[in-house]
Amino acid sequence: MFKKKKCIAMLLAGGQGSRLYALTQKTAKPAVPFGGKYRIIDFPLSNCINSGIDTVGVLTQYQPLVLNDYIGNGLPWDLDRAFGGVKILPPYQGNKTADWYKGTANAIYQNLEFINRYDAEYVLILSGDHIYKMDYAAMLDYHIEKGADCTIAVLDVPLEEASRFGIMSTREDNSIFKFSEKPKNPDSTLASMGIYIFGKDKLQKYLIEDNADQNSANDFGKNIIPNMLAAGEKMFAYQFEGYWKDVGTIQSLWEANMDLLGEKPAFTLSDESWRIFARHFSSAPQYIGENAVINNSIITEGCEIYGTVENSVIYTGAKVMEGAVVRDSVIMSGTIIEAGAHVEYSILDGGVKIGKNASVGAPKEKSKGITVIGADVNVPDGYTIGDDEMISEI
Amino acid sequence: MSAVGLVFSNIHDQNIPDLTRKRTMASVPFGCRYRLIDFTLSNMVNSGITKVGVITHNNYQSLLDHIGTGKDWDLARRSGGIKLLPPFITSFSGAGANKLYSTRLEAMMGAMDFISRCNEDYVVLSDCDAISNIDLSDVIRQHKETGADITVVTTTVDTDNFEISSGSAVITSDENNRISDVVHFNHRLHGMREISTNIIVATRSYLQSAVADASSHGYTSFYSDVIDRNLLRANYFVYHYDGFFAQITSLAGYYACNMKLLENNVRASLFGERNRPILTKVRNSAPTRYADGAKVTNSLIADGCVIEGVVENSIIFRGVKVGKGSVVKNCILMQDTVVGNDVSLGCVVSDKNVLIKDGRNLSGHSTLPFFIGKGTMI
Repeated sequence: MFKKKKCIAMLLAGGQGSRLYALTQKTAKPAVPFGGKYRIIDFPLSNCINSGIDTVGVLTQYQPLVLNDYIGNGLPWDLDRAFGGVKILPPYQGNKTADWYKGTANAIYQNLEFINRYDAEYVLILSGDHIYKMDYAAMLDYHIEKGADCTIAVLDVPLEEASRFGIMSTREDNSIFKFSEKPKNPDSTLASMGIYIFGKDKLQKYLIEDNADQNSANDFGKNIIPNMLAAGEKMFAYQFEGYWKDVGTIQSLWEANMDLLGEKPAFTLSDESWRIFARHFSSAPQYIGENAVINNSIITEGCEIYGTVENSVIYTGAKVMEGAVVRDSVIMSGTIIEAGAHVEYSILDGGVKIGKNASVGAPKEKSKGITVIGADVNVPDGYTIGDDEMISEI
Repeated sequence: MSAVGLVFSNIHDQNIPDLTRKRTMASVPFGCRYRLIDFTLSNMVNSGITKVGVITHNNYQSLLDHIGTGKDWDLARRSGGIKLLPPFITSFSGAGANKLYSTRLEAMMGAMDFISRCNEDYVVLSDCDAISNIDLSDVIRQHKETGADITVVTTTVDTDNFEISSGSAVITSDENNRISDVVHFNHRLHGMREISTNIIVATRSYLQSAVADASSHGYTSFYSDVIDRNLLRANYFVYHYDGFFAQITSLAGYYACNMKLLENNVRASLFGERNRPILTKVRNSAPTRYADGAKVTNSLIADGCVIEGVVENSIIFRGVKVGKGSVVKNCILMQDTVVGNDVSLGCVVSDKNVLIKDGRNLSGHSTLPFFIGKGTMI
């Protein structure tokens, strides 16, 4: 029963995601809902199981309740295993110390015992804030083929955006000779995707050294990667091609949802060869009413649509009543838009109620920014909320 | 409360041969994302039943595939959970040696081994085509209070306007809910009548002895031999259920019953009970995408569809595609039906994996829907 695992994944899911404001007040960023019936963490978890990685440690810290409940025993992702599977790893009280996770590297350091328990040869480090489909097995093959100590997945980004990312400079053979975190004048366009594969022994060595360094920020990007580079370890860039979106901001979360729309969507969730799994709750099929008008939108089970929905993503169990209009918006689970209400260019979190004839946001062409309403907010009948607003209570 | 469930999965198969040619009645697709047995299983699970035996007869591959380990109904349990009871052929189980059962009573005889190994006090028996959302724990409560041996759940229907299975039991009861007469439904009956939903609660020990007794007498019918012959000797009661109830009696009836789901009060009765959700197998479909130019009204639609054309008054199952310029009216399109471009469909029932090529024009009538068999390409 107890057998060695070639590669296990460690998923950093403790981040607060403070730039999502109202959406992450009660949930960690990886648990933020996406695309009708998913949560952000479904993407790395589905990628893992589709890549044949059946052991995933999920490191939680900030507001873990929703996330823990959602992951449960891992059954939706086929990660309920007799040995391995998905395991939640919160900070814990040790024999001598009891610490919060001080940084990404420290979180992994505190769980070296978990990694050693599976006698893993390779460790895949993932983060829970990106929407993408990626075959980690191909990256692992590349890592092994190159005889690398560390392989970093990179994406070719436009030069003008490069200064937002950690940038890798590589030689002809893709080996990395320079890493700069958010450089002002980037000399490469290969951006780190925050996905790393390490040989386990090397990773352990650098994590232990990093932990001993009092001045370290205990962060992969700031400390571990530069230290390994400086020591001349074999580090390679693995270039990923395909859709990848950091949904760490309101704007990017909205854009990623909109990428699911259109004649040929930039990103699809219905790819039979690379299925995205999610925890399902039983809802009735969606009912589209007599006077409903729906254009270029995706709608999920449990919804009832009696009004108008255009260029929008409607999550499980949301309702749009008679005469209500929803345009260019993301409406999350169980939110109700009452009769005659108008919602434009907004993100409404779950359980929100927009009262009759209320108005939220402004038409996209005229709007200064996306309006966001946090979970369970009750907007009274006839109330008006303008553009670019962030509402977490009324 | 301790009860075990027993489901008859092939009962009434002959009612809709089109749909049951390759499957059991229990696994007939219904209401966009369900199979008929989902209602029965969910009713049991939602009432706290954690052990369910499913009696199968033939063609049960699709049922096995649907049920799997039972985890989607939370019935994958170390003790209890779902138990499939395939035909058990003995000289005891049918009209003669080595024959499969042909009646409800004979099916029960075959399941007595399972029933005798249970230690629950009560048995809830149910057909797989009892489409309803009923709180069975309340039936069991009444069963206990009245000290009944058997409680039959009944519903009042207008026999002139309700699709009733041949052989359904029409039940008469007194003011104390005690059963006073049981007859088979026949066309001399008119007006409002109480019919059995074929959801029955029995005290387990009583059921065992009644079935053993019936077996030694060579009886074959549960209603006319067991119930009717013992009316005066045993305690038989009815439980009146007044929520939505339907059973499948013909293809036209199947069609009408699906179309009923477009009525708000029917959906509310079946799916609106917050603590009694109808559970089904998870398929991990993406949400449904409505293209620019799609026009959808008064329809019930599952996830995983792509709608580019016009859909009206229809029931659309998971993974269905409706192409540009196509018009789908009053149809039931089952899982993964692909409708090409510029197709016109009216009163069509398409089984799974049907492909309708560009420009086709197909139509039936609500009393005689145009049925397209599984995997057909037109």
